[in-house]
Amino acid sequence: MRHAAVRFYSLCKKETLQIIRDPSTLLIAFLFPVVLMFVFGSGINLDSSVVELGVLSHNDSPAARRLVDTLRMSPNFSVSEASSVQELGDQLRAEKIQGFVVIGPTLERYLAQTSISSPAIEIVTDAAEPNTANFVASYARGALAVWQREERAQLGLGPLPSWSLEMRSWFNPSMTSRNFLLPGSVTIIMTVIGALLTALVVAREWERGTMEALLAAGVSRWELLGSKLLPYFALGLVSFNICVLLTCYVFDVPFRGSVWLLMGTGATFLCSALGIGLLLSTVLRNQYNAAQAALNAAFLPAMMLSGFVFEVSSMPLPVRAVSTIVPARYFVTAMQTLFQAGDVTAVLTRSLLGLSLASAGFLGLTLLNTRRRLE
Amino acid sequence: MNITLIRLRALIKKELMVVLGDKQSLRLLIMPVLLQLLIFPFAATLEVKNNTIAIVDEDGGPATREIIQRLTHTPAFEQVAMLDGEASARAAIDEQKALIVLRFPAGFSQSAALGRPRAIQAISDGRRSNSGQIAISYVQEILGQIPIVGQPTPGAALVTVRNWYNPNLDYYRFILPSLVALIVTFSALIVTALSVAREREQGTLDQLLVSPLVPWMIFVGKATPALIVAMIQATIILIGSVFGYGVEFQGSLWLLYACIVPYVLSLVGIGLFISTLCSTQQQAFLGMFLFVMPGILLSGYMSPVHNMPPLLQTLTWANPIRHFIVIAKGIYLKAAVPSDFSANLLALLCIAVVTGAASLLLFQRRLS
Repeated sequence: MRHAAVRFYSLCKKETLQIIRDPSTLLIAFLFPVVLMFVFGSGINLDSSVVELGVLSHNDSPAARRLVDTLRMSPNFSVSEASSVQELGDQLRAEKIQGFVVIGPTLERYLAQTSISSPAIEIVTDAAEPNTANFVASYARGALAVWQREERAQLGLGPLPSWSLEMRSWFNPSMTSRNFLLPGSVTIIMTVIGALLTALVVAREWERGTMEALLAAGVSRWELLGSKLLPYFALGLVSFNICVLLTCYVFDVPFRGSVWLLMGTGATFLCSALGIGLLLSTVLRNQYNAAQAALNAAFLPAMMLSGFVFEVSSMPLPVRAVSTIVPARYFVTAMQTLFQAGDVTAVLTRSLLGLSLASAGFLGLTLLNTRRRLE
Repeated sequence: MNITLIRLRALIKKELMVVLGDKQSLRLLIMPVLLQLLIFPFAATLEVKNNTIAIVDEDGGPATREIIQRLTHTPAFEQVAMLDGEASARAAIDEQKALIVLRFPAGFSQSAALGRPRAIQAISDGRRSNSGQIAISYVQEILGQIPIVGQPTPGAALVTVRNWYNPNLDYYRFILPSLVALIVTFSALIVTALSVAREREQGTLDQLLVSPLVPWMIFVGKATPALIVAMIQATIILIGSVFGYGVEFQGSLWLLYACIVPYVLSLVGIGLFISTLCSTQQQAFLGMFLFVMPGILLSGYMSPVHNMPPLLQTLTWANPIRHFIVIAKGIYLKAAVPSDFSANLLALLCIAVVTGAASLLLFQRRLS
């Protein structure tokens, strides 16, 4: 028994030395999280801020001029005037502007409440980018509503009756996308470290035959997998903590859950990512192919099907079904909930259960495959 | 001259055999493309569809009934769940059973009948505030279609919105051209970044160096398979998006293919640069990742470039992925012509020349 412990210790030591001696491993574990957190924290912003807007006015009236001024005053627009639709169309195609507003000659007739046959104002958006197009249209509508209220007030009329919505966002009152993107993006970083790095390292050992040599030397497959798992698990936990600390202290994302649950879910997710990496390398036994496969089986699903940017509930049923076997999906939900909502038992239990099942499944399959290959 | 060509041909043949030679590698280059083509356009969407909207109706009058009735007929909301109060509204949001909750205050219908409707409370989930905002804008659009007492009806509405290039704001029309860029990026980089490192790791680089091939020929030999793989993958996606998804190709197909060449060359430059810097495949792969992750995130695919802080926007000029997404989207959806994206094209050429020259220099220095 003591003998086995010594053997396991030296295996782990060998693995740790290998990690420390390769600059690329340390780069991916320490530099990569920092770079990515900064990119996610400052580069990815779904709350559209300032868009370039073209304006064309076919109307010389004071009301139309005030409308252009209102658009200029809006903090969401950077306005440039043009002299023809042709010109605006060219700018839209070249992505110099994200949309434009055409003010027609019937504007005053509308204000005077005379019936008009065609709309007085046309908003055109560059829908090749649908999310921005939505923002352009709703900002322009907002500015128009302000202008309309003021025009009516000048004419001595009260505001038009309209339905109004009073919006409130729970957990994230300012609706900053960073607050839910950053906790979710930790998933991507952990997937790269857990699955990609391990897949490469272990596949190299199979490629060179050192794995088989160890097994032939009497090391059991439990010990072998354990010695691969433990050092990378530790490495992953360190980068997990770097990510969490950056999220909380550099980007000021509030954390409302309990730290123990955070560490628990982080560790469980790490196990599942390591499991995928080990499984792929054990099955493929070739660095180049293992890297490609890890990219497609772990990284891309974590980007696309985890819900960290793209809402899972909006996807069609077959895609949602596929996403239930993606561990990243459970981790993203758990992280967003822990950071924003706190310890919501129903959500966290479901996530932890999914993550534990995935970890057990991938690690179990790896164990089975290690044996089968040797027989 | 003639002998150079013969040598190049032999080298390119060898490189192609490495990349496309065995079945497993070939499968790994084609299968992911098909899978991504099948899943991404459905998955990568910021649209809000088949979600649940919850309603707390403290009013129960005719106006709320009408609004609820209209909401049930929207594809954005597959389910309309009726809740009985503040506490269950909180639980529905907490446990993510509903994307948004609408709360109609008591006396709502009465106030609407007088032409002064009270405000409806809309509560969204901060964990999904982007989807929540979109869902609320759908609700606003639906409300706008319901007439209120006292509202004048002057014929046509004041405003119309036209969405050019994509009238229904379909997200997949935006994704498919970008997918051409994404998939080409990954494979061109993997093919080149791992190549020199692999030769070095396996010791075959020495064999290449003692052959009469000079470094620039070795580079041409590495660039060709990347170009061929990129063209094949781009063709698969284009066929799939035109015939599978029915997104009409607006511009010139030849122009797009012509633009793929400088794009792949810029990727080859970056890939070879990483490759010469690294001594093992593992380092090369991780190095590639260190470039490609920020590259994709800052390309305008995940979120628009004009939303980034000014410093990052300037930085994206060095990002070939950003330029190619503008070009691919422009040609595919907007029938853009070269003058529309001349700056992007120029940037791609610059990146290709600079990184190519840098890696050639580095390669020669590491040899001596």
